[in-house]
Amino acid sequence: MQMQNFKNPVVNWIDHRLPVFSFMHHELNEYPTPKNLSYLWNLGSLAGFALVMMIATGIILAMHYTPHVDHAFASVERIMRDVNHGWLIRYIHMNGASFFFIVVYIHIFRGLYYGSYKAPRELLWILGVMILLLMMATAFMGYVLPWGQMSFWGATVITNLFSAIPFIGESIVVWLWGGFSVDNPTLSRFFALHYLMPFMIVGVVLLHIIALHRFGSNNPLGIDVSGKQDTIPFHPYYTSKDLFGLVVFLTIFASAVFFYPNFLGHPDNYIPANPLQTPAHIVPEWYFLPFYAILRAIPDKLGGVLFMFGAIAVLFVLPWLDKSPVRSGRFRPIFKVFFWLLFADCILLGYLGAKPAEGIYVVLSRLATAWYFFHFLLVLPVLSLIERTRPLPQSISAPIIGGMAMAGAAAKREKPDA
Amino acid sequence: MRKLNTLSLGLSLWLGMIMATGSALAAGAGGKITEHDWSFSGPFGYFDQASLQRGFQVYREVCSGCHGLEFISFRNFAELGYNEDEIKAIAAEYEVVDGPNDEGEMFERAAIPADRYPSPFPNENAARAANGGAYPPDLSLIVKARPNGANYIYSLLTSYTDAPSEMDVPEGMHYNEAYAGQMIAMAAPLYGEDVDYADGSDTSIEAHAADVVSFLAWASEPEMEKRKRTGLAVLIFLSVMCVVSYKAKQYIWSDVKKA
Ligand code: HEC
Ligand code: HEM
Repeated sequence: MQMQNFKNPVVNWIDHRLPVFSFMHHELNEYPTPKNLSYLWNLGSLAGFALVMMIATGIILAMHYTPHVDHAFASVERIMRDVNHGWLIRYIHMNGASFFFIVVYIHIFRGLYYGSYKAPRELLWILGVMILLLMMATAFMGYVLPWGQMSFWGATVITNLFSAIPFIGESIVVWLWGGFSVDNPTLSRFFALHYLMPFMIVGVVLLHIIALHRFGSNNPLGIDVSGKQDTIPFHPYYTSKDLFGLVVFLTIFASAVFFYPNFLGHPDNYIPANPLQTPAHIVPEWYFLPFYAILRAIPDKLGGVLFMFGAIAVLFVLPWLDKSPVRSGRFRPIFKVFFWLLFADCILLGYLGAKPAEGIYVVLSRLATAWYFFHFLLVLPVLSLIERTRPLPQSISAPIIGGMAMAGAAAKREKPDA
Repeated sequence: MRKLNTLSLGLSLWLGMIMATGSALAAGAGGKITEHDWSFSGPFGYFDQASLQRGFQVYREVCSGCHGLEFISFRNFAELGYNEDEIKAIAAEYEVVDGPNDEGEMFERAAIPADRYPSPFPNENAARAANGGAYPPDLSLIVKARPNGANYIYSLLTSYTDAPSEMDVPEGMHYNEAYAGQMIAMAAPLYGEDVDYADGSDTSIEAHAADVVSFLAWASEPEMEKRKRTGLAVLIFLSVMCVVSYKAKQYIWSDVKKA
C-alpha cells in the first residue's frame, strides 16, 4: 500500500504512525474497479447497508425488549405503541430482515450467472456462503423473539429437526432448548445469540471484502481486467452509482415499511405463543421456504435434514463443480438456459414451501428438489466438459457488445420505476 | 437490452413468489368473506373519529362483556377524539384492583386514564368457565392477527345464519359462514339496534359491525395514520432524491468512454 500525503497536518501526523487514512484512500477511493459493471453489482453495497441498518435498529429494540416468555410479546407491543417511533424501528427491523434476504439472494444469483465463484475468487465465494448461513441462523432466532404463535411453533419445528441425528439427536435437542421443550431458557439464549451473530457477520463481511479487494470485482464479461484502460477509480464513479442504487432501494423499502409493513409477515405471529394450541399451518418466513420445501420433500426425517443442509453445502463446493474456464454466462449458451431453469426451480421450491405437504405439492417438491441437486452435481460438471462457449472479447474496453451500453439500458428502465 | 430482460424477469419472478406466498397464507381462513370499503385502507387511509367513537360504544356495551383489550389504556382514547375530562369520566366508570396498600391489602379504586382497559375475566380459565369452555381472545391485536382482518371480522359479525337443515350444530355452537369450519362458540353478538347512538346514525347490524371493526382496527394499529402520513413525506423525498442522485451519477460518469 502506498502512503498518501494528506493536506491536513493532523491527518498526516496520524497517518504516518497509523496508516488508516492511506488504507481508506487505497481501498475506497482509488481502488481500481472494472468500468463495465452493471446495476447487479450494486447489491453488495446494499447488503452492507442492510446489515448496518439491522444492527442499528436491533440495538434500539434490545433496549426496550424483554427476553422472558411472560413479557416478550407484551414488550414488543409496548415498543409498537408506547416507545417514541418504536413502530418505525420495529417495522424497519422486521421488513429489513426480508429485504436483506432479497438483496443477498439477488447478489448470489448474480454470482451464479457471471461465474464470480471461479478462480481466483473461490474463498470470496465461500465466505459469502458463510454469511448466508449466519444470516439464516440470526433471522431464525430473531423471529422467535416476539414470542408469537409462529415464533414458538417455528422454533419447535426447526429445533426438533436435530432429533433426527442418530443416537445423540434427542440429547442435542434437550441441550439446545435448555429443557424439555421450547421455553424460557430457549428464548433467553436465542436472544443472546441473536445479539451476537450479527457482529460475527460483520467479521466475515470484512474478510469477504479483503478477499474481494485482492483481485477486484468480476464483471459482466467475466474476463480479467487487462490494464488501466479497463478500470475506473471506485470514487467517485461507483460511490455515485451505489448511492443512486441505495436511494432506489430505500424507496422500495420505505413503501413496504410505511404502507405494507405486515405483508411479508404471518398474522399468527400477532397471537401470543400458546404451547397448547398448534396453528393450522406452520410456515417459516418466506426466505426459508425453498429450504423448507426440500426438507419436507424427503420422506425420511434425517434424509430431509441432510438434503436441506446439502442444498447449502453444494454452494460451498460450487467452484469445483463448475470447472468451465469461462466465467460469464453471457458466453455460455447452454449454461445460460440451465441457469434460468435453476432460478425458476428455486422460485417453485419457495412456492411449494408455503403449501401444505400433501398431494401434488409433495410430488412437485420432490421433482424440484431433484432438479436442484441435478443442476449442481451433474449439469454443471458435465457442461464444463462439453459446452462450446462463445468467443470471449479481447478486453473490457475492446468488445463490440460492451457492458456499458447495457448498464445504460438498465438505468433508463429504473428511473421511471423509482 | 439483455440486461433489461434479465432484471425485469428476475424482479417479476421474485415478486410473483412473494405474492404467491402471500395469497397462499391468506387462503388459510376458509370462510366466506365480504369485502367492505374502509376509510383506513390504502395509502391515504385515515380513521373516521365519529365511527371510532361509535365502535367503542359497541365494544363497551357488547363485546367487553367477554373480550379483553389488554394493550389499550384509557389515555389512548384521546386518539378517538375524546378530551381529557371525557377520558377521566370514562375511566372513572371502571373499578380496578390496586395495591398492596400500607396494610399490605389489595384494594379496588376507580380507574384513571393511565390504567389499562380492564379485562372482563381475571384469567383464561375463568373466561373459559364462563363461555362453555371456549376462550374469547383478547381483541387488541385481532385485526392484525387474522388474514384480511378487517373484512374477516366484519363478515364474522354479520354472517350468523340458520344452519343448513342437513347440518348438525352441537350444543353451545353457532353456525357462521365466515368462520373456518362454520361452527363458532361465540353466539351472535350483534343483531342490529343493539346500541343507541347519540349521533343518531344508522344502527343496522352492518353499521354496528363496521363501527366496531373500525374501532378494533385502530386498537390494532394506533400508529396507522401517522405511519402513512410519514410514509408519504418519505416517499416524496426519496423520489426527488432518486432523480437527483441519478443525475449526479450520470454527470460523474459522462467522461467514462462507453467501451
Ligand atoms: C357472550 C360472550 C361474547 C361476546 C359478547 C362477544 N364474543 Fe366474540 N367470542 C366469544 C367466544 C367464546 C369466542 C371464541 C369462539 C371459538 O373459539 O369458537 C369469541 C371469538 C371472537 C373472535 C375470534 C374469531 C376467530 O377468528 O377466532 C372475534 C373476532 C370476536 N369474538 C369478536 C367479537 C366482537 C367484535 C364482539 C362484540 C361485537 C364479540 N366478539 C362479542 C364470546 C363473545
Ligand atoms: C443480521 C442482522 C439481523 C437480522 C437478519 C435480524 C432479524 C430479526 C428478525 C427476523 C426478527 C423478528 C421480527 C419480528 O417479526 O418482530 C428480529 C427481532 C429482533 N431483533 Fe434482530 N436481526 C438482526 C440484527 C439484530 C441485532 C444486531 C440486534 C440487537 C443488538 C437485534 C435485536 C432484535 C430484537 C430485540 C428483536 C425482537 C423485537 C421484535 O421482534 O421486533 N437484531 N430480528
